[in-house]
Amino acid sequence: MSSDSHKSVEEQVKIYLNVFGALLVLTGVTVAVSYLDVSFIEAFFIAIVIATIKGSLVLGFFMHLISERQAVIWILISTFIAFLILMFLPLVSMTDHTNIW
Amino acid sequence: MSSIPYILEERPDTGLNNSRLGIWIFIASEVMLFGGLFSAYVFLRFAAPEGEFDYWGSKLSVPMATFNTLMLITSSVTMIMSWASLKMKQFDKYKLYLGLTILCGTAFLAVKYFEYTGKFSHGIYPASSTFMGIYFTLTGLHVLHIIGGLFVLIYFWGPAGSRMWKENPDLLANRIEVTGLYWHFVDLVWIFLFPILYLL
Repeated sequence: MSSDSHKSVEEQVKIYLNVFGALLVLTGVTVAVSYLDVSFIEAFFIAIVIATIKGSLVLGFFMHLISERQAVIWILISTFIAFLILMFLPLVSMTDHTNIW
Repeated sequence: MSSIPYILEERPDTGLNNSRLGIWIFIASEVMLFGGLFSAYVFLRFAAPEGEFDYWGSKLSVPMATFNTLMLITSSVTMIMSWASLKMKQFDKYKLYLGLTILCGTAFLAVKYFEYTGKFSHGIYPASSTFMGIYFTLTGLHVLHIIGGLFVLIYFWGPAGSRMWKENPDLLANRIEVTGLYWHFVDLVWIFLFPILYLL
């Protein structure tokens, strides 16, 4: 991003402030929905969806992922696949213990 | 001048300079580090007796954690504003925004200190329960990342940053961009820790 002109950086600043506002609102929503009378699975799903939206805003705009090079995108895609495998390991273990399959 | 190649200029093969490529690979390794602990949390939560995580989770302070979330989100925006100020050749604003980032990070640590000591004074330790074990592990590791980030931010806020600005402003902007990527990642981790530990 070393080639960014003064004007384009000024335009980006407006976007950063809008993202900041969105993150504040979503934090309020996160806390508010935690008081809803829903099951754990529903609460977990809602919390993860909101956290993912917030995370995407930080990744996309603050970390400039939306304008990042292919090399970085591929590093993150392979990391995400490895992360998913890591998250599914407990599920495999649990289904094994509970003899669901 | 640095003797390491492609610190500022982009490599033709990757289209990136080595600073950015390096920090992104580091962040990928950090995703796996925290990912392993998130995976452990899921495993422990589903294996725990019903209501145990709810019981111990209710002992955490949601207002304190919400305040800390606001601190980290604010620090993320001030961090990017400090980088934007350098790109717009406004060194005074850079110092201001980076100083605010350091303040927010320090406030986060102060709140965490009160949270931890509050738990200890009530006889709650990592060994008290499975939930507290994973809570202290996840938040403790996150706190270590905040402390590490603050050392780097203070370094660039101090005389080293001023000297670099006079000698090579592009290099300082590059350093702040890379430091910012790390700092945003630390914020990103907290965005997921907050609902999982405090709200569920």
